[in-house]
Amino acid sequence: MSQTIKVGISDLNIARSPDVLVTYALGSCVGICLYDRVTKVAGLSHIMLPSSGMNRDNQPYRYADTAIVMLVQKMIAAGADKRRLTAKIAGGARMFATFTDNNLSNIGQRNVAAVKEALSKLGIPIIADDTGKDYGRTVFFSADNGQMCIKSANRGEWVL
Amino acid sequence: MALQTYDDLNDIHLDVLREIGNIGSGNAASALSTMLATSVNIAVPTVRIMDYEEVVEKLGGPEQMIVGLLLKLEGDVQGMIMFLLHQNFANMLLASLLGEEIPLSQIDEIGYSALQEVANIMAASYVNAVAAMTGLIINISVPAMCVDMLGAILSVPAIHYANISDKIILIEDEFRGNEMHAPNHILMIPDVDSLKKIMTNLGIEL
Repeated sequence: MSQTIKVGISDLNIARSPDVLVTYALGSCVGICLYDRVTKVAGLSHIMLPSSGMNRDNQPYRYADTAIVMLVQKMIAAGADKRRLTAKIAGGARMFATFTDNNLSNIGQRNVAAVKEALSKLGIPIIADDTGKDYGRTVFFSADNGQMCIKSANRGEWVL
Repeated sequence: MALQTYDDLNDIHLDVLREIGNIGSGNAASALSTMLATSVNIAVPTVRIMDYEEVVEKLGGPEQMIVGLLLKLEGDVQGMIMFLLHQNFANMLLASLLGEEIPLSQIDEIGYSALQEVANIMAASYVNAVAAMTGLIINISVPAMCVDMLGAILSVPAIHYANISDKIILIEDEFRGNEMHAPNHILMIPDVDSLKKIMTNLGIEL
């Protein structure tokens, strides 16, 4: 029996085969799924904002620049090999296309850019990318096979 | 004590905000009722210091499909006002305003405009009542709309305030259409600085 492990907003967690990680209703937030296919250790991080900036000690799981590094550490501690890690990312939408606000209007885009930068610094290749556009996404990530299943409200489900 | 973060709000402040919610939502509901020529039921508002996950659960769960309408507050009071409409209620609004049944899944430009206009009128009634009560100038932006998962929609204000504070204050009220069971929600989310202005203008000690 596989268990489903929920990852909340500004949170992260890891799972081993056959368990499944899930994070619900990503809007402008980004879900980062990391996988080591040999040890079958999976990790999922749900970030809200690009950079921790001045708030370095406060809620590191909230920010792309701090959360992904910590997720990788957690996966290594669970037996994953950093050199084998691959990434699949989803989210970073613009929910209210016509809403103009300097802080918010392109936050999804900035989140995605920060996630890509963080992954590139760690040398982790992105093998699937379902980001941007204007709709919410729920992400299921299987530790058994590394598949990322995306569920949307209006557009059905698909697997990456 | 000075009001620096939402955690500094005391019982008197919360009562004031509840009253603002009462008057604002009452006016918004009555504007809606006039527009639809039907009765709209409104509940007693709740004021909560928002924890995202908790609010999402309370309002129906992260994946519930909902119509979100978001307006920015500008002028003396800054922040956001958000309407969350249940699908059945949005369908009823569309039928009532456009005179034809358009399921939400097939909503077109005209349908969008109609629902945005509802949000515009309700938000204007809300903030005008608060402005009259406090003597502050409050303007609203054009409403933006999306039909999607509740969690994704509510993450928008959560992200906006995440950089400023861990928590956000939410003056929330439920309203229901005549003989409709599912609640719809008005969320008024003022910035901390705006809360100070509201309290000062009402003669409440900070």
